Amino acid sequence: MPERIRHAPLGNKKVKQPNAEVHIITDQCKGCGFCIKFCPKKVLEESQEINARGVHPPKILDESKCIICSFCTAVCPDFAIFVVEKPCKEERHIKHD
Amino acid sequence: MVQEVSHPFSSYLRSAMIPHIWCSGCGNGIVLNCFIHALEELQRDLDKLVVVSGIGCIGRTAGYANADSFHTTHGRAIAFATGVKLANPELEVVVISGDGDLFAIGGNHFIHAARRNIGVKVICANNFNYGMTGGQQGPTTPLEASTTTTPYGNIEHPFNLVHLAAAAGATYVARWTTLHVRRLTQSIKRMLQKEGFCFVEVISPCPEIFGRRNKMRTGLEMMEWFRRASSVENFSDPSKAEITSKRILVGEFVNVEKVSYERLLHEKIGQINEKKIVW
Amino acid sequence: MTKKRALLAGAHFMNGDVACAEGAIAAGCRFFAGYPITPATEIAEHLSERMPEFGGIYIQMEDEIGSMAAVIGASYAGLKAMTATSGPGFSLMQENIGLAAMTETPCVIVDIMRGGPSTGQPTLPGQQDVMQAKWGSHGDYGIIALSPSSVQEMFNLTIEAFNLSETYRVPTLLMGDEIVGHMWEKVVIPPASEIETVNRKKPHVPPDKYAPFMPDDDLVPPMACFGEGYRFHATGLTHDEHGYPKTQSSEVQSKLVRRLCEKINKNEDRIVKVEEIMLEDADIAVISYGIVARSALSAVRKARETGIKAGLLRLITLWPFPEKRVKKLARKTKAIVVPEMNCGQMVREVERAAKETPVAFLSKLGEDPHRPKEILEVMRRSA
Repeated sequence: MPERIRHAPLGNKKVKQPNAEVHIITDQCKGCGFCIKFCPKKVLEESQEINARGVHPPKILDESKCIICSFCTAVCPDFAIFVVEKPCKEERHIKHD
Repeated sequence: MVQEVSHPFSSYLRSAMIPHIWCSGCGNGIVLNCFIHALEELQRDLDKLVVVSGIGCIGRTAGYANADSFHTTHGRAIAFATGVKLANPELEVVVISGDGDLFAIGGNHFIHAARRNIGVKVICANNFNYGMTGGQQGPTTPLEASTTTTPYGNIEHPFNLVHLAAAAGATYVARWTTLHVRRLTQSIKRMLQKEGFCFVEVISPCPEIFGRRNKMRTGLEMMEWFRRASSVENFSDPSKAEITSKRILVGEFVNVEKVSYERLLHEKIGQINEKKIVW
Repeated sequence: MTKKRALLAGAHFMNGDVACAEGAIAAGCRFFAGYPITPATEIAEHLSERMPEFGGIYIQMEDEIGSMAAVIGASYAGLKAMTATSGPGFSLMQENIGLAAMTETPCVIVDIMRGGPSTGQPTLPGQQDVMQAKWGSHGDYGIIALSPSSVQEMFNLTIEAFNLSETYRVPTLLMGDEIVGHMWEKVVIPPASEIETVNRKKPHVPPDKYAPFMPDDDLVPPMACFGEGYRFHATGLTHDEHGYPKTQSSEVQSKLVRRLCEKINKNEDRIVKVEEIMLEDADIAVISYGIVARSALSAVRKARETGIKAGLLRLITLWPFPEKRVKKLARKTKAIVVPEMNCGQMVREVERAAKETPVAFLSKLGEDPHRPKEILEVMRRSA
């Protein structure tokens, strides 16, 4: 589990902008679609390509939307997708009420 | 998109055996994934882990985990694991098997291992039927469900596994679905840190075999059912946790401390030897 | 923990079941799983008392299926392991005996035979499980079975059974019967220095080079145990040298199953033990085993007194069948007599090996083994 989701950001003035790198091991995918369906930020979509197993693997729609919740990594039955956090480039200020 | 060949869990998998045999949309891979995730978070030494499986689709799990592993005869995983745990209590012995294996043909071993409170950890992937043999009715098949041996609808009342485990004496009992990957992982972690007999049931999709006869043709449809029907309630009464098409009660049901069989055994051996020396 | 009581060297008066239990302890057995059954229960009872005295494990399982599974598990976790039962339990164990054969698990199974089939005669002797010993589990596999004739042999052959099982990585059966199990006799337990024990050979390569089912020249693969860092897989499915399932390959199946049989058959000369009494000039040979062999010996002596040149071949090893010895014997004798406490089991093997030499079979069922005069009578007729 990425470090950031273990700790609530409450009270923090600054939150690091997640900088995700989504890795898809295309030929390991069996096309169940769990990662696409259950991604809370809709980062993925079904590819038009057909992989070595004859299914449509996911492809990345918008990597910048990824919050590195890693649900896709955890729910993938085939160990075909994972997310890593790239080093942060910028910090974003957020407002608390 | 970045192509990468090495998954962070690849060192936990026996590369020669991957890809696994499971169908698209099958939940067994998620069970394995969450199990590995728990091991990784606990930084467990794989040299001291033994994964034992019985027969069935999920029975292949033993072969996929990069630890010592044994694929037993049908139903006998827990009895085999009992021998391993007693012979070497320092080993973490985990049984990963299916509902038919653990609760039909192997049901007797399950209740007695729970009663003895042997420190074996059991993860059951419950897919409501015998998948590997083509989808026959099993001990968890819901009433009225269609299987290849209940073509007119199942008339056998299914086991409520968490109730059974709790009644038999398990010190930790939880149920999740394969959609609850985080809580499932946390449950497995908790189980691995406990002393006695522990049980985690994972409701797992079997779209190709069970689902297609029951109006859920894909893994997604089965996962949607889990999302729709499941409600999280921790430490609720396991006797009221029957699974129906409308309701899948998930959560932790039991988490108690009870001295394990192997600890009592070794304490007893210590006492006996003291007595003998005094003589 | 003290280990001073692990071996009770000296002369004792005990029954066969207890002698078997003491033999197991002397052989280094440190794990017993069982389930109560007449007439083998005394083995479990005795080990429940003795095992904890030196840190050994005794567990009563929920049934014989579980007992056999636990024994395989304990053996894979590194302990010498045993179970003991009688006919009904032996039947229940068969599937997992096949698993032990397939996964090449060293372990000992004691069957104190009673009258069968089914529940049969729990308190009376029989020799009705000897074919089941060889063919009990489905599929082809090699197995070793020994047959004790005395309480002393219950002790000695239990050690021998462990040594063979560790040498060949094979489940080894001790086929006693109700009489040798319950009979009380003098047993001499030698000091540890005089007891030869064998331990399974360990891998001679590092974990990354280890293939758990890659045999050496003797057809037996070295055995790593759980927790030793080898991280190996074992399965009851047809598997390659790495232990990985290869269920669709006729080549892998053929290679594996033939080796499981050959590692026993090709080592027949090293495994087989028989006792030959007065056979040098014998015209008539009795081939017998277990408790019946003692009646047979008496009959042979009586025959000699009446001028019949009789001798006894006592089978200590039942499986692999001592085929070469029987063939050799058949060539120089005029007739063979086989008394058994069943409807004709080992006699079939004898007939197969004896070829032209006539074989007379003497069946006995029920309370007692054959009386010497009954065997003598058949010998007279055959002479």
